[in-house]
Formats: sequence, structure tokens, C-alpha cells
Amino acid sequence: MSNIAPSIDPATGPAQFDVAPARRSPLSAFLRRARRHGGLIIGASVLLVIIVAALAAPLLAPHDPYAQNLAQRLIPPIWHPKGTWEHVLGTDKLGRDYLSRLLYGARISLLIGVLTVAISGVIGTVVGICAGYFGGRVDAVLSYVITTRLALPVVLVALASAALVGGSLEGVIIVLGLLLWDRFAVVTRSATQQIARTDYIAAAQAIGCSTPRILFMEILPNILNALIVVATLEMAHAILLEAALSFLGLGVQPPLPSWGLMIAEGKQYMFFSAWVIGVPATALIFLVLAINLVGDGLRDVTAPENRT
Amino acid sequence: MLAYTIQRLIVALSVAITVSIVAFFLLHLSGDIAVSIAGPESTPAQVEQIRQQFGLDRPLVVQYLDWLWKAVRFDFGNSFYFRDTVVSLIASRIPVTLTLGAISLCLSLLVAVPLGVLAAVYNGTIIDRLALSFSVIGQAIPTFCLGLGLIILFSVTLRWLPVSGASTWKHYILPSIALGWYAVPAVMRLSRNGMLEVLSADYIRTARAKGLSPRVVIFKHALRNAIIPVVALAAVQFGFMLGGSIVIEAVFSMHGLGYLAWEAIARNDFPVVQAVVLILATIYVGLTFLADIINAFLDPRIRLA
Repeated sequence: MSNIAPSIDPATGPAQFDVAPARRSPLSAFLRRARRHGGLIIGASVLLVIIVAALAAPLLAPHDPYAQNLAQRLIPPIWHPKGTWEHVLGTDKLGRDYLSRLLYGARISLLIGVLTVAISGVIGTVVGICAGYFGGRVDAVLSYVITTRLALPVVLVALASAALVGGSLEGVIIVLGLLLWDRFAVVTRSATQQIARTDYIAAAQAIGCSTPRILFMEILPNILNALIVVATLEMAHAILLEAALSFLGLGVQPPLPSWGLMIAEGKQYMFFSAWVIGVPATALIFLVLAINLVGDGLRDVTAPENRT
Repeated sequence: MLAYTIQRLIVALSVAITVSIVAFFLLHLSGDIAVSIAGPESTPAQVEQIRQQFGLDRPLVVQYLDWLWKAVRFDFGNSFYFRDTVVSLIASRIPVTLTLGAISLCLSLLVAVPLGVLAAVYNGTIIDRLALSFSVIGQAIPTFCLGLGLIILFSVTLRWLPVSGASTWKHYILPSIALGWYAVPAVMRLSRNGMLEVLSADYIRTARAKGLSPRVVIFKHALRNAIIPVVALAAVQFGFMLGGSIVIEAVFSMHGLGYLAWEAIARNDFPVVQAVVLILATIYVGLTFLADIINAFLDPRIRLA
């Protein structure tokens, strides 16, 4: 790139580049690198399929996910010798169609993932940017808050708080949102510390930009890549925690078709029909794996210099 | 070193106190505890009697200070549900959880550190790729799914190991694998990255230039330095495991601290829940403090910074 270094002639102003500048926009460069990343492609495809299935659940589901039919309890899935095409993935202990419940369950997992990250992302980013930019006493106080949050056992506190707010979908989202902001704060804080030292922040301060403007117009866009990566990984974390809470009976309440709840309800039948927990567990693993692959892939693609 | 230790100790103590405030107020903000103890069908007079019996009519700050003052002397009051003191309940349950946590941590370190070192030494080869894929897939498997899967495979199908309980060493095998599994990806990545960083350092090049065998270079020169961040992570992971063992204990019906907390939460048994949250958080704070000190001892750059 040394041949395009411009030399400034006072008479004519900045010299023209000898070589036409690369016409590649950041977006197309991103897409070009993303196409070559196998893990990202696989993860994004699986995630896309799950999102479409969740959005189109009313169209795709063969049965009402809440309709009970005690005459058709615990019908095994289609690959089992006793399976029927009527219920492709079988039925649960109340005769509800498993495929339909699985599709509607994807909505709950995705909803929890997105909304939790929306809440925790805002909290963590504000805490992290303020700690990183202001430094000094503000940083000391906010770092202390982060340390305290890290000392709380997440599963236990989430369980206790979810039980207190009554174990509902909204309750789980709020509890997880208020708990899972720590990684956002840690990442944002260190990224902000690096950017706060750069010349363009000094320039923004020198021309008298307001502090909110510097924080949200100058710093935030520059840490967005790191934030998106954290957001995907935390989304997976939230989905896993919701499943664990619902599995323990203190998260999403029946009859909602949460995957964790489906596993909990199937637990007593697993000795005779392992698919009862195998089906929702597989769905859960695929969703979390896809989100993690997308997160890891985005980290590689957006910050190739950090690749290890 | 002394100044650094004192500084870390002050931070650890104040975090522990803040956590105690959170643990206390978390359960008091939720609503009227007296009503939940008395049950939905109680009369206002009964609620009032319970309020006075448990001292719930005093100001919150007084209740907190009273609770903290007793907690420091290991007096957490009586359980609402179990008809026993909280301390004796916890003392009877904590060995299961500590044993489970310790075995799980050893297991995960025994798997993760060699795997991470192997991946770093063979960086970019198929071994490295397999190790990384394993960590990505491992992270996606929820601990309770893994626990149930292990039960189906080893207890129900093969009939090698017991399904649930915590009475013999055989009962600890499956839960330890399920709980230790959770820490493997993080420890593996950290030891791999630490090893990669160390292997590119000048003194490793010097050691290789001197003609030392690869075995000596890796085990005697590189591993020691690469392992430093793993020490801190292992301490933190142990804290996470104690907190996360609630799910595994529920899956395997092991009557440890997590199981106690689960039962207590489901029954609005506030003194037990508060005590378990406080004890787990204090153990975590103590572990991170120890990790800081060990790190500073191993790496003078930290304590002199």
C-alpha cells in the first residue's frame, strides 16, 4: 500500500492517488470473508432454518401444540417401528403432538434469547462504556459492581428470583436480562479503554463534542463488532439458562412448550422411551451450537487480526 | 506482595459484604414473606403472629444487620420447612457438593489442559481443528441434557452405574463427567491460547536454538508459563461448578447443597436460600482472592504493576 501514500503539495492541495482506491465497501469485504468461513455458513444456515420454523410455526405445525388427546399418549416418532405419520415426532404424556410443540418451543427459546440480550446488552454496554471512558473513580465503582455481579452464583440467583416473580415467561426474561450483563460490561470496558486513547477521540474532545456524543457516536460504533459477538454468545447462554430453569420447574410454566420444560416433563418416561427427552434435547443443542458457530464466525470475520 | 495481598483482601471482603446485602434484599423485595410462610389460606391474625415470631415487623436494615451479625458466627437461624437449623442442614449437605465439584474440576483439568497444549503444539493441523470443534460442540450441550444422556447410556442401557443418589463412589462418576464437561471448553481454549503465546516467545526460540529436545522445550520451558492463566480460571470455574451443580444434583438426585437450595426455593424457605447464596458467593470470592494471590506469586509482573 506504500505506492498510494499521498504527498501534500501546498499549491495544489492533497495529491491525487496514483492508484484507484479499492472499491470494496466494508459490507462486501465482510461478505467475502464470511463466505469462506465454513463454521459461520453452517451456523447461520441452521439458525436461519430454526428462525423460519419458529416464525412460521402456525403454518408448519400439523396439530395444535396444546391439544391433548389421552387416547394417543407417548406415540413414538416415525423412525421407531411403532411410529405413525400422523405424529412425525411422536406425542408426549398428554398426547400432544411433539413436532408442533417443538416448533412453538423454538419461538420461546428465540424470544428469550433476543429479549434477554436486549436488556442485558443495554445495561452492560452503558456500564462498560462509562467505566472505560471516564476511568478513575467511576471505573473503580463500576468495576466493583461487575466484580460483585460475578460473585453471585447465576443459576441459583436466577432460580430464586424467577421463583419470586412467579416463574413466567416475562419473569424469566427480566431476571436473565438483569443478570447476564457482566460479559457485555467487561468486553465494552476494555474495548472503550483502547479507543478512548486514540487521536480521533482526542480530536472530538478538542472541537468540543458533548460527552454523550463522543460515547454514542464515536466510541459505540467502533466497539459494535465486539458487542455483536458478545450478544450472540450471551444469547446462547440465556437460552441454555432458560432451559435449565424450566427443567428445574422454576422457569417457563406449563402448558407453554419450552424445550427445557419438555425435557423435564419427559424425564419420568426416559427409561422406556429415550426419544421423549432426546427430541427436545437435540433441538436445543442444534440451536445453541448454531448460535455459537455464528458468534465465533463473526469474531473471526470481523476481527481477523484477533484470530488465534 | 504484602501490600498487594492486603489490597486484594479488602476488595474481597467488601464484595462479600455487598453480596450479603444482595442475598438479603433479593428475597425481601419480592413481597410479604410472612404471607408466603403462612400460606394462602391463613387469616390476617395468623400472618401477624408469624410476622412477630420471625421478627419480620422490624425495619429491614435492622433485620439485615441482625442476620449478618448472626451469619458471621455461622448462625443462619431455623429453616421454615425442614424443622432444623440452617447450619446443620448445610453442614450435612455441603460434603456432597464439594466432593462433586472437586472431582469435576480435576476431571475437566485432566482433559482440557493436555488437549489445549496438544492443540497449540500441533497448531493448524487436524488435531487442533478437532480440539476446537470439540470445544464448540461441547459448549452447546446443556449439562442436564448430558447428565440425562449419560444416565440413559450407562445406567439404563449398559447398567454399569447407578442412576441416582450419592452413597458410593460409583454414584459420583456420571455427575462429575456431566459437571466437569461444562468447564472443559473454556479451560481448553485458555491453555491453548496461553501455550500458543508462549511458544512464539523469544526464550522458546532460544531454547530450541540451543538444541533442546521438543519435549524439554514444551514441558519444562513453555508449559510452566502457559499454565499461569489456567490457575486463575480453574479457581473461577470451581466457583461456577459449585453454583452450577444445582442442575446436576437435581438430575442425579444427589442431596447436596444445590439440591437443598432447589428444595428451599420451591418451598419459599428463605433462610436456607439466603444462606446458600451467601455461602456459595463467599466461596467464590475466596477462590478468586486465592487465584489473584497465586497468580501474583507465579508472575511478579502482576504484583508489581
